Amino acid sequence: MLNFILLIFIYIGIYAIAAMGLNLIVGYTGLLSLCQAGFLAIGAYTTAVLMTTFHMGFWESMIISGFIASLFGILIGIPTLRLKGDYLAIATLGFGEIVRNVILNWDSVTKGPMGINGIPGPSIFGTTLSSMDKPAWIVIIWIFVAATYYFIRRIIRSRVGRALEAIREDEIAASSMGINTAKYKIGAFTTGAFLAGIAGSLFAAFNQSVAPLTFDFMMSIMILCMAVLGGLGNSFATIVGAVIIVLASELPRLMGISHIIPPQLNQILFGLILVLMMIYRPQGIIGRIKLNYAKIVKEEISDLEK
Amino acid sequence: MNLFNIPSNELLQHLINGLTLGAIYSLIALGYTMVYGILKFINFAHGEILMAGTYAGYYFYYFLYDPSKGAAYTIGIFIAALVIAMIASAILGVVIEKVAYKPLRKAPRLAPLLSAIGVSIILANLAALFFGTKSKKFEYPFNNSSMDIGGSSITPNQLMILAVGLIMMAGLKLFVDRTRLGKAMRATSQNQPVAALMGINVNLIISLTFAIGSALAAVAGVLIALEYKVYPTMGTMAGLKAFIAAVVGGIGNISGAMLGGIILGLLETFGVVILGIPQGLKDTIAFSVLILILLLRPSGILMKNIREKV
Amino acid sequence: MPLLYTQNLRREFGGVIAVADVDIEIFKDSITGLIGPNGAGKTTLFNTITGLDFPTSGHVFFKGEDITELPAYKITRSGIARTFQNIRLFKDMTVFENVMIGRHFRGNNPKIVKNKFLNFILGRIYVKKEEKDIYENSIKWLNFFNLLDMRDEYAKNLPYGKQRELEIARALATEPEILFLDEPAAGMNPQETDSLMKTIKRIRDLGITVVLIEHDMKLVMNICDKIIVLNYGKKIAEGTPSQVQNNKDVIEAYLGKTDD
Repeated sequence: MLNFILLIFIYIGIYAIAAMGLNLIVGYTGLLSLCQAGFLAIGAYTTAVLMTTFHMGFWESMIISGFIASLFGILIGIPTLRLKGDYLAIATLGFGEIVRNVILNWDSVTKGPMGINGIPGPSIFGTTLSSMDKPAWIVIIWIFVAATYYFIRRIIRSRVGRALEAIREDEIAASSMGINTAKYKIGAFTTGAFLAGIAGSLFAAFNQSVAPLTFDFMMSIMILCMAVLGGLGNSFATIVGAVIIVLASELPRLMGISHIIPPQLNQILFGLILVLMMIYRPQGIIGRIKLNYAKIVKEEISDLEK
Repeated sequence: MNLFNIPSNELLQHLINGLTLGAIYSLIALGYTMVYGILKFINFAHGEILMAGTYAGYYFYYFLYDPSKGAAYTIGIFIAALVIAMIASAILGVVIEKVAYKPLRKAPRLAPLLSAIGVSIILANLAALFFGTKSKKFEYPFNNSSMDIGGSSITPNQLMILAVGLIMMAGLKLFVDRTRLGKAMRATSQNQPVAALMGINVNLIISLTFAIGSALAAVAGVLIALEYKVYPTMGTMAGLKAFIAAVVGGIGNISGAMLGGIILGLLETFGVVILGIPQGLKDTIAFSVLILILLLRPSGILMKNIREKV
Repeated sequence: MPLLYTQNLRREFGGVIAVADVDIEIFKDSITGLIGPNGAGKTTLFNTITGLDFPTSGHVFFKGEDITELPAYKITRSGIARTFQNIRLFKDMTVFENVMIGRHFRGNNPKIVKNKFLNFILGRIYVKKEEKDIYENSIKWLNFFNLLDMRDEYAKNLPYGKQRELEIARALATEPEILFLDEPAAGMNPQETDSLMKTIKRIRDLGITVVLIEHDMKLVMNICDKIIVLNYGKKIAEGTPSQVQNNKDVIEAYLGKTDD
């Protein structure tokens, strides 16, 4: 039982990292992206291939995975970020499907539908972790959650965050204020992809295997639900959203009634969350926190006077 | 002419396959385009509305199916099943609009889109829950042994798909261009507040748009079911492809949706035979087309370039 | 040489010609009025000059350089700012933040050219110096418009006249050489319009050239050095206020032909 709870918190952590990345794209910048699972897949497979075929260590594989995912973020971002909201959503959805299709069919590298097994665990302080070492994994993954939270907080409280907020409010006005909106949008998109890549890498190393069917459209939706449920534009709320969504989907197993609850109920629940939240509480459970940039800047520059 | 070294009889075969696929895409694309024309919003659940109607038609058909009663009877209940599918989808489309989209008409654009994604997930999973995830086959109501035309084999079913597609599209075009309601629909899509001021019942027109678009999708669904199968996620990929078709033709443009569907159907068919794209990557063609068209001509091939009013 | 001029500027939407081969010249330190009946193509002309729309053909020159194909943000950076007919403030941002965004790109530190994003996020010392500059400049512009008391108010909560002023303040924060105002007096009462007239003159006195679209003839005739009249996308007249007032074509455009 304890083992299972630890497992749940490992997954919550992994999803929270990806969801905070998505929140930067959707919540702070106002771009609807439906391919976060695609970036997760890219990160997971990069790590899997680097560690099994090229026998690289986990930590360097993870960094490379993050950068490869963000590279794809730039690739997909450049053509599509000129598009308006719903077009962008569909284009990203299409991209996610392409990623999955390529992974399924590129047998020589990805082993096709079989997936890649036997990924070694990361070594830390001279020992190699396996999926069994759950307490250690919890610590590692939640350190990454905290780092992600801090990283996004820095972005949002900086001048970049101010520009992202302006772009979300009115892109045309922002561009006529001299802001290179395309660059900021691609920046946000790429950063979100990077974080998904890191999450994917952790996912692969923890499970010690990857399979293409894991990273489907429903996973993108689940991550989106986390960001929406907690409240778009609030990283802490996103973590809360991840806790609720993962707990809700594992609740039947947690209570030992998974054999009588059909798996579809889970997904129906995600659907209901999206519809009901949009109609009754579009700001999410916790909601957006409006920063006061004038105050932040005043604090920041106060130590210049000295 | 010998295009890419393919024998002419095979070429004709692929052409017919492509047109059949394209006709189905066109029928579905019409629903996306009509709704987008009026509400400026992508009805993400369109594919699932198609699926629900198809199931309604399927169960109706097998409720009355009795091979001992002869061919005329079978064709009769098939036509009735088609009508039932259309009615079921139309009702579902209108109800979904009222429940999940209408409260969000004034909300930021992200909201109705997310709501629509939610609805589509709910419908697909409800179907899996009630009808099972195993795919079901629609028996042909008629003899479907292929005919030989110019060395290529064509099934009566393919001919029917082309015929039904053509009739539905011509009917829609006539309705939109010639009737009072069609005119009201076009007026609403051009300028909703002004249309309302002119005494047009905008809510009624929106419902009508959803009803017609959904009914056309149901027709496509039944045609898909005859050629392929019925299953809970049958609408998802078909819907996405049809959406791409609508974008290719110029979203919001009815003729564009028809043309876009045909183009996409042909591209997919010939992409596999001419470019040798593996069957497993067939879906990639459509998405690549989408990204290309959005890059090169985001307003679609039939639309004039219109920028947001500043 | 004029500070800004257009050459055969043309914008078609489908078959409709919104701007028909228009040549205009804007001279430094002047206030130029752009008038014409509704639908004459005034806003479209503004949009094609400021990069929010691209002309079908023709050119825009600013300080002798061709800026026709530049995107909006580069045009703003080159020294052209604008306001919008239907006020496009960042509604859910504060008054202060709106003005800060206006100064967003005006870095005065050459070190910051490379790796901007990363430096912003890391909060380097020269980024802080820039932020200080943004902060102090924003205060300067808020003071110019007497908006400093409302600095923490959300833009959407300001009264209409104040919103128009804030939009001008935000545009001025980009440090333009030329300022385009699209119907700045729309929706203002006579007192607000009077104060706006004084403000526009004060802006001109700072050495900023002003071009404005306006339907309020009292304002236009009082403060403009030159007036350009558009009708059906064509330039039908230009000159001093009195010249334009007595122009036969202009009277016809506004009142319709009197002889039929």
